Amino acid sequence: MAYLELDRVAKQFGAQTVVDDFSLSVGKGEFISFLGPSGCGKTTTLQMIAGFLDPTRGAIRLEGKDLTAIHPAKRGLGIVFQSYALFPHMTAAENVAFGLEMRNVPRNERAERVRAALAMVGLAGYEDRHPRRMSGGQQQRVALARALVIKPSVLLLDEPLSNLDAKLREEMQIELRQIQRTIGTTTILVTHDQNEAMSLSDRIVVMSQGKIEQIGTPQETYEKPASAFVSQFLGKTNDFAGTIDRTVAPTQLVAGSWRAPAPAGLGGPVTVSVRPERIGFGDTGLSAKIIARIFQGNHWLFQCDSECGPAIVIRQNDGQAQPAEGDAVRLTWRPEDMSVRARADA
Amino acid sequence: MSAAAEERSARAPWALTAPALMLFVGVLLIPLAMTVMLSFHDWGQYKGIEPVFILKNWHEIATDPYYAEMFWRTFRIAILTTFLTAVLGAPEAYILNRMSGRWKSFFLLIILGPLLISVVARTLGWALLFGGNNGLVNKLLMSLGAIRSPIPFMFTETGMVIALAHVMMPFMVLSVWAALQRLDPQIENAAMSLGASPATIIRRIIMPQIMPGVLSGAIIVFSLSASAFATPAIIGGRRLKVAATLAYDEFLNTLNWPLGAAVATLLLVALVLIVVGSNSLIERRYAEVFR
Ligand SMILES: Nc1ncnc2c1ncn2[C@@H]1O[C@H](COP(=O)(O)OP(=O)(O)OP(=O)(O)O)[C@@H](O)[C@H]1O
Ligand SMILES: [Mg+2]
Repeated sequence: MAYLELDRVAKQFGAQTVVDDFSLSVGKGEFISFLGPSGCGKTTTLQMIAGFLDPTRGAIRLEGKDLTAIHPAKRGLGIVFQSYALFPHMTAAENVAFGLEMRNVPRNERAERVRAALAMVGLAGYEDRHPRRMSGGQQQRVALARALVIKPSVLLLDEPLSNLDAKLREEMQIELRQIQRTIGTTTILVTHDQNEAMSLSDRIVVMSQGKIEQIGTPQETYEKPASAFVSQFLGKTNDFAGTIDRTVAPTQLVAGSWRAPAPAGLGGPVTVSVRPERIGFGDTGLSAKIIARIFQGNHWLFQCDSECGPAIVIRQNDGQAQPAEGDAVRLTWRPEDMSVRARADA
Repeated sequence: MSAAAEERSARAPWALTAPALMLFVGVLLIPLAMTVMLSFHDWGQYKGIEPVFILKNWHEIATDPYYAEMFWRTFRIAILTTFLTAVLGAPEAYILNRMSGRWKSFFLLIILGPLLISVVARTLGWALLFGGNNGLVNKLLMSLGAIRSPIPFMFTETGMVIALAHVMMPFMVLSVWAALQRLDPQIENAAMSLGASPATIIRRIIMPQIMPGVLSGAIIVFSLSASAFATPAIIGGRRLKVAATLAYDEFLNTLNWPLGAAVATLLLVALVLIVVGSNSLIERRYAEVFR
């Protein structure tokens, strides 16, 4: 049974619908990411779960109980804000202890749990520091400890890593995942960084303009994007215009001079999207000319001008000879590496 | 850079600030020094001011209980005014800060109002509101049974405190508001998610963080109230004097300039000591919030 359930939740600010028809069920212990561009309603959805905003329509349930009827102070959720929102006049330990104090945890137990929580996020010895005297990464850890120490039923993270530099962010991602695995708290992470969503989550909810585009495991959303938006948003992709030719038998999918047996259930104009790393150079296929060849250490990046428009190809730097700039090549890929969607604009 | 150029660029800041500096020295420092010197001169009904160095004025201020009472009254009024503005102004700023755009600017205008109205009109307005038996406030309070006889307003300390608190309110509200602007917009949500009630959030999270704003507002209000002239002059008249109105009287009515200068100097020194002292105390106490 679903642990946390959002049932057709919608939020309107005046006439503007910011979140619409949002349904999701989260299993206990699951790590979910809300992924989407800025302004697509991720924070709004999270704040509705937290209770800082009331949904205009729909229901939110936790273990079957209506969550919207419970005051935010009584929901018992742990929240890490994008700005951390630490209490600047309290030390790290006092910050972490605040939630326990509100729960009337006896002093001895409180001290013990605060110490353990700070140790868990790697801040043992920083108990008496004030937040303004800590680095961004350390403040972020205090915020995490403060949210976790109350043993929340669900942990809500609103872009907690976006203020950190790339290296620290990667470290914190690994640490976050480890902590989450160890204590098994159901977690929802808001992010607009697709790498972060993919490396951390069990499932990703891809959002655009207040609507869910796709819910799936990182692999599913990457390899079988349900919409053009998802395939564009999750990493680089090539979209080729093609058609399904029903005049021949068996029906064929044609994109330029590339052709393959057509997948079932589609006809007419289609979009074929292929990830750059799934395209190879072959003897047959889409004819293209290499415009630029860029060396990037462990791989080569080719920018090509193909008969179906610009294309990007990524090849592993495996020591093999690679085509040079200006070469005419044929682009080819396996049918299972592409996803085909009906083309709306045709 | 050559040595000459370096020297020139080192001199540039002085040259650029020279006009302002000269104005500052000319209209503030020199008259101030002359006032201090004046306070050591002698004065007599018939001989006028004698430029000698004596401690007569200072001795008179130190020994005559009239001056002690007057200074005590000055600071009592200033403290009560400060207290009143803090108690009313801090919540006012907090509420104002939570209002939505249009209402916010409307109420901000109302709060800044007293600064835009002439001190005479404002004070007379208050006098009318109390105004013996027929004043609106007194009538209301009496009909509610809160008081038996009307609260006297003119020539009373109560009147001075109320009128001063009114005009000082903007300084407190703006100062607290500045502190509120520095608050993380999510901080109340953070406290709420940890289980804090609205009262606890105000007491444990908001208050400690706006306290520096309240205190710096208090310093401004206190020093302005203790040296205020117009409002106490209109309400207190010649009967109920504070330091500023007394110095004025010595200068312009008794013509005892040295004594007036001594009163003014003492007020200045006391204020500077109080302000600097409490400021450094606050900065030390709230080092973490200020940083
Ligand atoms: N209080 C509000 N009143 C009116 N509109 C709002 C309000 N809060 C958010 N919005 C609008 O709702 C939309 C979604 O906002 P939201 O903060 O949920 O986006 P987000 O996905 O979290 O974006 P980001 O990645 O930039 O944080 C935005 O267009 C925003 O302008
Ligand atoms: Mg957001």
